[in-house]
Amino acid sequence: MTTYQTVLSGLADPTRRSIFERLGSGPRAVVELADGLPVSRPAVSQHLRVLKEAGLVIDRRVGTRRIYQLNPDGLGALRAYLDRFWDRALADFKAAAESEQGEDR
Amino acid sequence: MNTIDAVRKSVTVGVPADRAFRVFTEGIDGWWFREHHIGASELKEVVLEPRAGGRWYEIGVDGTECQWGHVLQWDPPHRIVLAWQIDATWHFDPKLVTEVEVRFIADTPERTTVELEHRDLERFGADRDTMRSGFDSPDGWQGLLDRFGQATA
Repeated sequence: MTTYQTVLSGLADPTRRSIFERLGSGPRAVVELADGLPVSRPAVSQHLRVLKEAGLVIDRRVGTRRIYQLNPDGLGALRAYLDRFWDRALADFKAAAESEQGEDR
Repeated sequence: MNTIDAVRKSVTVGVPADRAFRVFTEGIDGWWFREHHIGASELKEVVLEPRAGGRWYEIGVDGTECQWGHVLQWDPPHRIVLAWQIDATWHFDPKLVTEVEVRFIADTPERTTVELEHRDLERFGADRDTMRSGFDSPDGWQGLLDRFGQATA
């Protein structure tokens, strides 16, 4: 199950974010993703597994290769963003509602 | 298309329901975080017109208005339903309507529980072409990623 935490942790690592961003321009095989990244191919595979578990990417097998792409609806990531967004908004709202100055705003 | 769970939040504030309602709506500019806006220029003001059908929009420091959505239901001091019409590429899309319902429940005369539900999130995925172009646009996924970066830094 994709949760807010898994999405956030999925993108917390800079290498994973790089991989995620590369997939933004189109589907890629592991070997293509590993080219130009300062990490080994197994490490890229490991990162892709985390991204997949977070619902951010999907994969499919083409011949002997596994092709990764962004989860086309991207809703897991968007939902996670909104979840965090409303947490922050309500906290700020509470502070304003309970502050004396809030009356004048 | 998958359905995805609504985002549900609640917060308890130590003020009467009518004040909570007023701060949330008329006073939205007083608490909305300044970095969250969709216009090119910095955020000057957030406006929520206090009536059904009212617009929900931002005004940038350069005077540009960018709509975020509108008021679907206006029932002070109990409940409002807002249409959030900002798509996944951070642009206003008049065809997109996701609902944000906010309920103000008086626990005591001096304490209010505010429950928020942002639902119909699967509608963000309704226009796959738009979503896909969002993957490539600098203010789409990149913007989201940047925000994630800040959030997780």
